[in-house]
Amino acid sequence: MRSLGNIRRSFAPWSDANAKAMISIRNVTKRFGDFTAVDNLSLDIYEREFFALLGASGCGKSTLLRMLAGFETPNEGAILLDGVDLTGVPPYRRPLNMMFQSYALFPHMTVADNVGFGLKQEKMAKPAIAERVAQMLKLVKMSEFAGRKPHQLSGGQRQRVALARALAKQPKVLLLDEPLGALDKKLREETQFELTDLQYDLGLTFVVVTHDQEEAMTMADRIAVMDAGQIRQVATPAEVYEAPNSRFVADFIGSINLFDGEVTRSDAALTELQSPEGFALRMVDGQSRGIGSDLTLGLRPEKIAVTHTKPNSGVNAVEGEVWDLAYLGDMSIFHVKLDSGKIIKASVVNASRSGSEVFTYHDRVWLSFAEDAGVVLER
Amino acid sequence: MGAAARRWLLIAIPYLWLLIFFLVPFFLVFKISFSQTNIAIPPYLPVFEWTDGFAVWMEKLRQLSLDNYLWLTEDPLYFNAYLSSLKIAFVSTALALAIGYPLAYGMARAPAHWRPLLVMLVILPFWTSFLIRVYAWIGILRREGLLNQFLQWLGVIDQPLTIINTDIAVYIGIVYSYLPFMVLPLYAALERMDESLIEAAQDLGCTRLAAFWKITFPLSLPGIVAGCMLVFIPAVGEFVIPDLLGGSDTLMIGRTLWVEFFSNRDWPVASAVATLLLLILVVPIVIFQYYQARTREAETR
Ligand SMILES: Nc1ncnc2c1ncn2[C@@H]1O[C@H](COP(=O)(O)OP(=O)(O)OP(=O)(O)O)[C@@H](O)[C@H]1O
Ligand SMILES: [Mg+2]
Repeated sequence: MRSLGNIRRSFAPWSDANAKAMISIRNVTKRFGDFTAVDNLSLDIYEREFFALLGASGCGKSTLLRMLAGFETPNEGAILLDGVDLTGVPPYRRPLNMMFQSYALFPHMTVADNVGFGLKQEKMAKPAIAERVAQMLKLVKMSEFAGRKPHQLSGGQRQRVALARALAKQPKVLLLDEPLGALDKKLREETQFELTDLQYDLGLTFVVVTHDQEEAMTMADRIAVMDAGQIRQVATPAEVYEAPNSRFVADFIGSINLFDGEVTRSDAALTELQSPEGFALRMVDGQSRGIGSDLTLGLRPEKIAVTHTKPNSGVNAVEGEVWDLAYLGDMSIFHVKLDSGKIIKASVVNASRSGSEVFTYHDRVWLSFAEDAGVVLER
Repeated sequence: MGAAARRWLLIAIPYLWLLIFFLVPFFLVFKISFSQTNIAIPPYLPVFEWTDGFAVWMEKLRQLSLDNYLWLTEDPLYFNAYLSSLKIAFVSTALALAIGYPLAYGMARAPAHWRPLLVMLVILPFWTSFLIRVYAWIGILRREGLLNQFLQWLGVIDQPLTIINTDIAVYIGIVYSYLPFMVLPLYAALERMDESLIEAAQDLGCTRLAAFWKITFPLSLPGIVAGCMLVFIPAVGEFVIPDLLGGSDTLMIGRTLWVEFFSNRDWPVASAVATLLLLILVVPIVIFQYYQARTREAETR
């Protein structure tokens, strides 16, 4: 669940104070009647970035994208592209192209005519159009299907044609609304990597909407987690996963165990919580918290160790009963019920074939984790 | 009853219907078109008798008289009536399309919860008799009628317009009567069109107007063809509207047919007229069927 993009390149214009944003969304609000779909949202997207808008259904992702494309007008705020205010610029004059969730291929035109449609509107010469269309179809591996009509294609093929059509005009920015939503899981995973490769090779800026967090993590340089028309966090996939800024984000991305507690000790190095279940949690936090304040410790399942015996240190360890157990091949998922009744999720990688320890239902086990395994979340 | 038999029965019913109510009457008319008039009841001399037997039929077939058809070519009245019918039907269809398309487009773009009501309003006139509605137009169009009174009241005209008993009244009557047949197929074609296609076209550089001509219009062609055929075909043979609203010089084949049958009691010639009319209409009907089949095919894929 790590972005290949991040490994492949050290690309982080967002952390460079001098870098200029390509797309600048400033205090944009969009209301439908008295319903606010996008709420005073600000966001900067940089050139060559693969940016993902991630959020639950109805949180305003498509509305934001449609405002970028020019199909919706913000009630308040402005959207700037390379410093130019796009307010009042109609969709057909915006140097961005959109790939629609439904693909929106023109059913009465062949694949080639679909891909060439935008170029024809630019009054490009016929031979030049033909050449670009051929090039685009080759890019998405659809050359043999140039003469087909959309209804003669499979879902994955349509998706490719839609992509080729959106790329044909060589837009500065490509907006993709759930580009892989209609594909089956296997095809989707293959296509995710193809999309990132394509974006990187062509040096384009992609803004992609998705409600699939795994997809966002796989493809994006940065993810904006949206909720109710607002952005909760903008960060790289790793940051969003390992250092969520709120309970909401922590809960939304991947699965997490949340322990509420009261601060009993805190300094710049360590913070200790007393949980209502009666055990102490000690973690590296990096800042000093007020004694007696309420905090939450977020702990990812894979950061928890499961053992039969009590760990030596006895710190950050709780006892419970194996309540549910799922063997997934590469790893095993434990649901452990603490004596308080709280269920904790832990996942253990099956590193050796025989398995180091054998667990079964109703075993008494110890759960333990390192002091830097969790993330401190304010409530 | 087996499944196969049931299927055959299901297929047979509409065909039986067609046979009884279309083919048999048509065959009777067709048969009469080869006979001679006669002062009797019925007013013609039958050519074929059931009692003749096969050999006599073959003989008679050889000597078959095309007199009635030849007559149609000799008297320019019939040719002019056909031509005039086609012209009136064509112009009415064009007018109905010009009025119906924006109407259907507006309906298809209206908020979804309004659309059933709008469709209802289009169908509403069918709840009153066709004849009464055409009669009502006499009241509207005549010299002292509502329209003239209204225009005079507005001060647009000082003398009442003569609309009733002219071709214009016939156009108004046909367009009014057949407009729903134009609007409904157009609405069906426009309504199921995906709005994101228009957005995609705009995204790729089309203005709204260009997007309409390049996307909406071609995609609504099946609806246009269906609507035009549904107006054109009945309009060609229309009798009631030209009879009630048209003038004495409004020439339409339906009226000619009526005159031949009932005023002149010349059944053989009238039958020949009817047969030819059907032949003329076969062409647009075949086009219509072809388009229907094609759209259906495209949809099921
Ligand atoms: N044209 C509109 N009129 C009224 N409400 C709208 C309109 N478009 C969107 N909305 C509302 O705005 C909210 C956000 O919609 P949007 O399409 O942006 O959601 P989304 O995040 O893309 O969700 P999904 O993942 O389901 O596509 C929704 O509650 C939706 O009902
Ligand atoms: Mg959406």
